[in-house]
Amino acid sequence: MREFRYEKAADPAGAVALLAGAPEGAYLGGGTNLVDLMRLGVATPDVLVDVRTLTSDLVEELPDGGLRIGAAVPNADLAADLRVRQRFPLLAQALLAGASGQLRNRATTGGNLLQRTRCTYFTDVTQPCNKRAPGSGCGAVTGLHRNHAVLGATDEGPGSPHTCVATHPSDLAVALRALDAEVRVLGPGGERTVPMADLHRLPGEDPSRDTTLAHGELITAIDVPGLPWAVRSRYRKVRDRASYAFALVSVAAAMDLDGSTVRDVRIALGGMAHAPWRATVAEDALRGGPATEEAFAAAAEAELAAARPLPDNAFKVPMATSTLVRTLLQISAEARA
Amino acid sequence: MDQQITLQVDGARSALTVDTRTSLLDALRERLGTTSAKKGCDHGQCGACTVLLDGRRVNSCLVLAVTAEDAEVTTSDGLAADGPHALHEAFVDHDAYQCGYCTPGQITSAAGVLAEAAQGWPSAVTEDLAAERTELTDAEIRERMSGNLCRCAAYANIVPAVAEVAAAQGVRA
Ligand SMILES: Cc1cc2nc3c(=O)[nH]c(=O)nc-3n(C[C@H](O)[C@H](O)[C@H](O)COP(=O)(O)OP(=O)(O)OC[C@H]3O[C@@H](n4cnc5c(N)ncnc54)[C@H](O)[C@@H]3O)c2cc1C
Ligand code: SF4
Ligand code: FES
Ligand code: FES
Repeated sequence: MREFRYEKAADPAGAVALLAGAPEGAYLGGGTNLVDLMRLGVATPDVLVDVRTLTSDLVEELPDGGLRIGAAVPNADLAADLRVRQRFPLLAQALLAGASGQLRNRATTGGNLLQRTRCTYFTDVTQPCNKRAPGSGCGAVTGLHRNHAVLGATDEGPGSPHTCVATHPSDLAVALRALDAEVRVLGPGGERTVPMADLHRLPGEDPSRDTTLAHGELITAIDVPGLPWAVRSRYRKVRDRASYAFALVSVAAAMDLDGSTVRDVRIALGGMAHAPWRATVAEDALRGGPATEEAFAAAAEAELAAARPLPDNAFKVPMATSTLVRTLLQISAEARA
Repeated sequence: MDQQITLQVDGARSALTVDTRTSLLDALRERLGTTSAKKGCDHGQCGACTVLLDGRRVNSCLVLAVTAEDAEVTTSDGLAADGPHALHEAFVDHDAYQCGYCTPGQITSAAGVLAEAAQGWPSAVTEDLAAERTELTDAEIRERMSGNLCRCAAYANIVPAVAEVAAAQGVRA
């Protein structure tokens, strides 16, 4: 591990100032991803600015019935918050489906959103990887890619500097994407708000960048707008073992029913792309239509028409389709009960 | 880069100088000679290094020692300060180990599970998320203890050991 200086700041502005003066420095949240990547030699900061307890650790009410989540709120505490459990069950379920009790106790809301991909070429410094070592190629696209992306990836062959088929591993981010959350960020130039839709990016021609944040921008809070019908929402995660594993495929969904008609719906998919994938094609197909298994399946298939699977992850397409159908059926059954 | 820190471990305070790269786990084992917490993977994947940090279970391999300065660290040994903890006795009674390597992590993790249940925290298998009370069924115990691997596969005895203490503490019928 590279040697580093450990710094604490008096307040968020102080932390931002410290990193503004340290081009190779990084913020330290719970460290459950960053310390691991430093030990692997994947992350090599020369300064760590500890922000684990620096930003708000409170979940506060917003006037519209939504919640403002401080970036320092641990994943475990957020999942246990009764308002989250009652108003946004998909958010609590996404958190509880991730990692382990120990990790959730330490991991922060801000750090969770900025965790890096679990692609095994990214985490092995002896392998080619455009994300870790830009221009070195992509080991996964012709190698082990069972867990990799089927939507929105860049595949120009293993030698291209643009190729990346990695997925974003956060469960929380998928639920927040479905809820149209907004990320509050403090940078050297002041505060700004980044919609979840714009936070994570697709690899495009630069797989090295996971997000649109600039170096030194500090996440201070996440705003989840009020959505009364999110009381009927679900996060469903499919993985290789029942617990303590990353998603192969996941679905975050909320649905508002008028009798047997879909008045409105929110769907985001995890494990499918370099960013949480908002299923707008499926949403448009469902809105105003019948809440039936046939309609759910048709909408899921319409969304997945854009999929470009690799040889070993084609199973994700039918898996995402059936997981989405099951999730919507479950929500509509609960609505009728 | 060296930094001076004070760690409070199982009730005793120690001042030491550590390289900032040192994990809490290595500081405990290599510097303070407290070998209760074990190193299985060093990547947050096995739970053998679990300790209580201000009463919350965490993986000490992913905690930098410099960040634990103001916290109280409790290992499985520390839980036995006044004689064996109820969890220690239950693990012995139920034969909830074979080689014992994962056991200190299982014990501290189980202590965390009991505290979380007492606060009404839900898990991924909790049916009614809005319920304020937690009932530690076998399925709940399995899910909540999933961050602790046991290569000897003593799971079948770990679950009843934790269940017995949960019942005694009123978080299981
Ligand atoms: C074995 C294992 C299994 C896991 N399983 C899952 C899973 O199933 N699902 C899942 O979603 N996650 C899983 N995780 C990942 C875990 O959720 C993340 O490691 C955790 O959420 C990261 O939060 P942290 O606070 O520890 O971040 P850190 O590791 O401290 O930081 C992560 C990144 O965020 C940056 N950062 C931290 N805070 C801020 C801030 N406020 N502003 C700007 N930048 C910041 C850091 O510089 C770093 O780049 C798993 C992890 C492990 C080790
Ligand atoms: S998929 Fe992306 S992260 Fe994985 S090896 Fe290819 S470039 Fe690297
Ligand atoms: S040694 Fe820490 S989780 Fe394995
Ligand atoms: S008792 Fe041997 S690893 Fe658990």
